[in-house]
Amino acid sequence: MNQKSVIQVKNLTKRFGTFTAVDNISFTVQKGEIFGFLGANGAGKTTAMRMLCGLSKPTEGSAIIAGFDIYQETEKIKRSIGYMSQKFSLYEDLSVNENIHFFGGIYGLSKKEIRERASLLIDKLGLKSASDKLVGSLPLGWKQKLAFSVAIFHNPKIVFLDEPTGGVDPITRRQFWDLIYEASDSGITVFVTTHYMDEATYCHRITMMVDGVIKALDTPSNLKEQYKAESIDEVFFELARNAKRKAD
Amino acid sequence: MNTLLVLLQKEFKQIFRNTLILRMIIAMPIVQLLVMPLAADYEIKNIEIAIVDEDQTALSRQLIHHISASGYFNLVSYGANYKKALQLIEKDKAVLALQIPSNFEKDLHKEDNGGLFLAINAINGMKANVGSAYLGQIIRSFNQELRLKTTVGYALPIMPLIEIIPVNWFNPLLNYRIFMVPGILVLLVTMIGSYMCALNIVKEKEIGTIEQINVSPIKKSHFILAKLIPFWIIGQFVFTIGLFGIARLVYGIVPEGNLLIIYGFLSIYLVAILGIGLLISTYSENQQQAMSLTFFFMMIFILMGGLFTPIESMPDWAQWVASLNPVSYFIEVMRMVISKGSQWQDLKSHFVVMTLFALFFNTWALLNYKKTS
Amino acid sequence: MKQFWGFIYKEFLHVFRDKKTLLLLFGLPIIQILLFGFALTNEIKNAKVAIIDNARDIGSKQIISKIEASQQFSITRFISPKQIELAFKTGKIKMAIVFPQDFYEDLMHEKSGKIQLIMDASDPNTATTLANVASGIIQSYTTTLQENNQLPININLDTRMLYNPSLQGSTNFVPGVMALVLLLICVLMTSVSIVREKENGTLELLLVSPFNAVMIILAKAIPYLIISLFNLVIILLLSVYVLDMEIKGNLILLFTESTLLIITALSLGLLISNIAATQQVAMVVSLMGMLLPTMLLTGFMFPIENMPLPLQLISNLVPSKWYYIIIKNIMIKGLGIEAVWRETLILFGMTLFLLALSIKNFKTRLA
Repeated sequence: MNQKSVIQVKNLTKRFGTFTAVDNISFTVQKGEIFGFLGANGAGKTTAMRMLCGLSKPTEGSAIIAGFDIYQETEKIKRSIGYMSQKFSLYEDLSVNENIHFFGGIYGLSKKEIRERASLLIDKLGLKSASDKLVGSLPLGWKQKLAFSVAIFHNPKIVFLDEPTGGVDPITRRQFWDLIYEASDSGITVFVTTHYMDEATYCHRITMMVDGVIKALDTPSNLKEQYKAESIDEVFFELARNAKRKAD
Repeated sequence: MNTLLVLLQKEFKQIFRNTLILRMIIAMPIVQLLVMPLAADYEIKNIEIAIVDEDQTALSRQLIHHISASGYFNLVSYGANYKKALQLIEKDKAVLALQIPSNFEKDLHKEDNGGLFLAINAINGMKANVGSAYLGQIIRSFNQELRLKTTVGYALPIMPLIEIIPVNWFNPLLNYRIFMVPGILVLLVTMIGSYMCALNIVKEKEIGTIEQINVSPIKKSHFILAKLIPFWIIGQFVFTIGLFGIARLVYGIVPEGNLLIIYGFLSIYLVAILGIGLLISTYSENQQQAMSLTFFFMMIFILMGGLFTPIESMPDWAQWVASLNPVSYFIEVMRMVISKGSQWQDLKSHFVVMTLFALFFNTWALLNYKKTS
Repeated sequence: MKQFWGFIYKEFLHVFRDKKTLLLLFGLPIIQILLFGFALTNEIKNAKVAIIDNARDIGSKQIISKIEASQQFSITRFISPKQIELAFKTGKIKMAIVFPQDFYEDLMHEKSGKIQLIMDASDPNTATTLANVASGIIQSYTTTLQENNQLPININLDTRMLYNPSLQGSTNFVPGVMALVLLLICVLMTSVSIVREKENGTLELLLVSPFNAVMIILAKAIPYLIISLFNLVIILLLSVYVLDMEIKGNLILLFTESTLLIITALSLGLLISNIAATQQVAMVVSLMGMLLPTMLLTGFMFPIENMPLPLQLISNLVPSKWYYIIIKNIMIKGLGIEAVWRETLILFGMTLFLLALSIKNFKTRLA
């Protein structure tokens, strides 16, 4: 499309044996965009995302992430992305500070850079008094905000979020989305999967996945218009009504 | 290189933060090394014997005196009731029951032949063998003495005698601890290395942090090295405590050979053992699986290690299996260096084999460890 | 009650979904029986022996051929005294037999000959056995020398081996392997599976359910009880059909006593799970902490009466020791409960104690 697109996916497919988890999907994501990936459990969201992150090899199709080929240049892709999974993935037996220093370190940031950014980050999150506490002792909401901040700590071009707000209260979720907007404003592309429909409306554009196939892709308001629906929830219901795969 | 340091820092922090595990993996081997070698004694002494003397003559009493004075046997019952002696065997109170029938002395003098009956509890085959061998020896020498005494003056053909002089090299006092302590130390270090390494990596899989590592640009060789190095150091540490703190101070075992050879071999051995742990971790989804696999293989390694039963006694197929067992090599090297003072040139082939093990397991693990699925 | 069975079903699913756990549960007992049955023995077979024959006469030749003919030794080579140390240090030989010059002449004329056995005593157990076996062969040579002379006054020893006439090692270790396998696997599996639920947070889920604590414990324990009994059947079948062992005693009694040991082990596992906060701790305690002590103190590898007194006392705390005594009596000697009631009572007492302690612990944690 143009130079500003940071994710280009073409006919991407992933099969596990005879089961096609992701079936021939294509889309493009622009720089700084918040791109939502919606679908029921088992629709193939996570599998698609894992391929884009280089955690899983596609069966067919192509994708360019941050300018790098998904088959040949996975290690280069990994330098340009951040990732936060639905499983909480900071080290619970390390302190807030130690986690930040560790993840900064493995992305090759210098000690000085890490120190500077870390103190900014801790201030921003209001974690100053807790910076030497073990992450395991923090409340879930804080952990998740911290995990997101750590995922973008090295200033990646894209950050992938896999159902990042599972299990947290609405207020924390709202705060979490503030962080996402901030990241997007600073030019980081956000790719997020979710099954909370209210969250979908926060995205710039959303993709609806049903049975491994993209059923719809547009801005939330366009989608509502197109399906003459009151809410994204209704759109989704309309699309997923004939889904064959059971949510598990 | 820099990322490796960052990773190592993290591993050490986590290990030293979990003081309970750290204390256990250091204290447990020490306690076991202090106590267990005392249990592992095959030497058979004080074999319980019940004697049924139905003859009740001077000769029968002389024989009994010979047996009890030999030092091998512990006379638990003496009487004339054979049934009672058998009951003692049944209750595991006696291993042997010797029956001296009535007319023993009479028959011996009249017919030149006297019979004794021996019943042995043979559940423990080895004890039964040794017990009957000792008793046979005593009775033979008693027989010989008797013969010489009673036939004084006759022109007897003199029996040629071969005197067997056993010489025990490397361990003249047959102190079995010189053998057991280093062997048990090897087993303990092996268990710590393989378990802790496998569990540690799988734990990251189980809680999901490994995903975070896999999407990062960390090289997998760095990640794996950072996992191996801390346990390599802990293994060296535990081994050193065992070798100097326990083997030397408590049991007085001073290696005859060069310490450098032991540590050189240990260094390669630990890489191999940690490689096995690593390999198991790549095949396991969670800690329970890792533990099951490690336990399964460790049990075979330990039993086939040549410490509790000699490898030479195994059938060919089992010796072949044992030759694929890293544990058996280290136990042998320990024995050779510590009690025989074997030198580098005696052990070259062991070093080569262990290096191959280390390369093999780690390469396999590295190939099987996937950042992508 | 229906929920209770659902619960047990869930535990079974956990176990059977996991091939690696299955390998441990069922593979280990089989491998152990086969190893002990066919590979692990203290008997001397083909021990490597070097000969230093300074005599080279008929006497030394006859003895050497006798040694060669025995299955127990294999003569690797004839070497000079200078090479002998190297052969020991490289582990090529276990023993060296040295014949002095004029061995046969001395034997015939002076009626006495000398043979030196140089042992590799770095493995003292093997060294002693080797020396005994070699002495036996050499002494039997002297008997052949005087075969033609009829001697007066002969004491004959008529020996009868009870319970195990063929002196098979298996009679000794099968009960030992049963004790080891039942105890270790049960302790390990219960402690780890409970702590795992604790770590995952699913235990709390169960605890807030309408089950009471005892039901939860039972549901955790029953699958492992059944699996262990099944294991026992495998071990017994292997012993009878592969190792040709005979089970003399009452099978019902055998299984009852085994159930008792399994319950002891499950209680111990439960207790460990109360103390341990993470799976790693549970594993370190129930595996690294228990493996060697159970192996060595049960009494099937090393006779307990040889151990120093403190260790003999400690061995009384090992449940598998009592079970081992019981099973030997039932399986091999064919005795009944009248012979093992004391040991059974001790094991029963241990079980009650462990069970009470762990249930108390489990409940206080809830409060």
